[in-house]
Amino acid sequence: MTSPDPHRTLAAVWRLESARIVATLARTVRDIGLAEELAQDTMVIALERWPVDGVPDHPASWLMATAKHRAIDALRRQSTYQQKLHEVGRATPPSVDPDIAAGLDDYVGDDLLRLIFTTCHPVLPPEARVALTLRLLGGLSTDQIARAYLVPEATIGKRITRAKRTLAERRIPIELPPPAEASDRLASVLEVIYLIFNEGYAATAGDDWMRPALCNEALRLGRLLAGLAPAEPEVHGLVALMELQASRTAARTAADGSPILLQDQDRRRWDRLLIRRGLAALARTEGTFGPYALQAAIAACHARAARAEDTDWTHIAELYDLLAHVSPSPIVELNRAVAVANAGRPAEGLAIAGGVDLPQYALLSAVRGDLLARLGRDGEARQEFERAAAMTRNARERQLFTARAQELSP
Amino acid sequence: MRYLILLKGNRPATPPPPELMGAIAKLGEEASAAGALLDTAGLSPSSAGARVGLYGGRLSVTDGPFAEAKETISYAVYQVRDKEEAVEWANRFLRLHRDLWPEWEGEADVLKVMGPEDFTAPA
Repeated sequence: MTSPDPHRTLAAVWRLESARIVATLARTVRDIGLAEELAQDTMVIALERWPVDGVPDHPASWLMATAKHRAIDALRRQSTYQQKLHEVGRATPPSVDPDIAAGLDDYVGDDLLRLIFTTCHPVLPPEARVALTLRLLGGLSTDQIARAYLVPEATIGKRITRAKRTLAERRIPIELPPPAEASDRLASVLEVIYLIFNEGYAATAGDDWMRPALCNEALRLGRLLAGLAPAEPEVHGLVALMELQASRTAARTAADGSPILLQDQDRRRWDRLLIRRGLAALARTEGTFGPYALQAAIAACHARAARAEDTDWTHIAELYDLLAHVSPSPIVELNRAVAVANAGRPAEGLAIAGGVDLPQYALLSAVRGDLLARLGRDGEARQEFERAAAMTRNARERQLFTARAQELSP
Repeated sequence: MRYLILLKGNRPATPPPPELMGAIAKLGEEASAAGALLDTAGLSPSSAGARVGLYGGRLSVTDGPFAEAKETISYAVYQVRDKEEAVEWANRFLRLHRDLWPEWEGEADVLKVMGPEDFTAPA
């Protein structure tokens, strides 16, 4: 029997607690950069003390208490400094919050929510929101983020520094958005989480393991957000969508690394636990028609079909009709075309695909080709597949489209 | 990566104190909200179960209780970044027992569930 190794314990507890610690500090000192510094100080103190004194009985509480002491010290120094400035007549009198210590005991969940609304603030460019959120809420190191995004560590470091500076310079308060902005600001948070998820989902075999790990980071953030803002149906919609998409991870890549299309996946390899969680999250969106809830509902139709041929395409086509209404985009139209065709209405699907404006998009030609072939219009179908093969930059796709073209009589 | 945590221990003559049950519920809530706890449930005593065996080519079914000194009390499935995180969740669970039910003794097995990372060559 061995007692826990303090360094390993600290590393794990830190990863689990750092977001809560930074969030509490950020509210107290009202500055994200300073909050992160104080959190780092806390980590250093633990690194010094734990190997000597042993791992505390309650490591997480120890870290939080130590961080709070650091915050109070920092605020005292600040107010002393301001007091001195005031004495020499160069600043306004200090406003010392008498409830600092009491305020530190507030429910930490609200702090996390304030922090995520700040790191996802629209004043920051999307890539900065992503990096700052992964750093402060995901507890990822700059190096880990850089490896996940296949860019040099210095790039991520600069991105985070610049983001913190922008938030400070623009005097962005660390608070929940005012009601008038709430829905746009929430959309920005959801977008950041889904961007992180999709980056991980786009990882290919041979990539650094940090890339697919982004899917789990995004899921963690989504589940966290669902606990913090349970009244927001789109949060549950996003969580449902991610759980359901993640449930296919093991089935969507062949041994040689090539992607396997949904209809060809071995559905026995889908993760039943994630599907169950996804369907449970989806149930919490019932009666709502936000874009994430609708996409999750579509993913759920696939999850419920034990075999590809059991898929309820009629329902999927209806859901795409709704999605095209609330969140129109050429990609949604293209998917709607496929769904309508699969629901037994290929001519209608072809008409929808005909209205899609996606110049130089190989998949659009491939879809048109497929629908034309189903309607027996082989010559036109062949032309579309040839066009698709000429347009794609992916060798495997080109092979596939050329083969389809050759099967069809000119 | 995913870990299955199996809690095993003695079943003291006294029932678990309500404070412990409350603290366990709160920890479960926290772990779920953190996105780490995917699934969990308590297990009835093995007297309510059975064991199906295969030895020497013969299938056998034996009703519980099992002869082991320790009973398996609960399971939990965690999604974590590494083994240490799973160990920390197990630690938190056992700390509650230490603080709130001193008569209890036992252990938590932290078992890795095989995942995609076990099948692909590291980059």
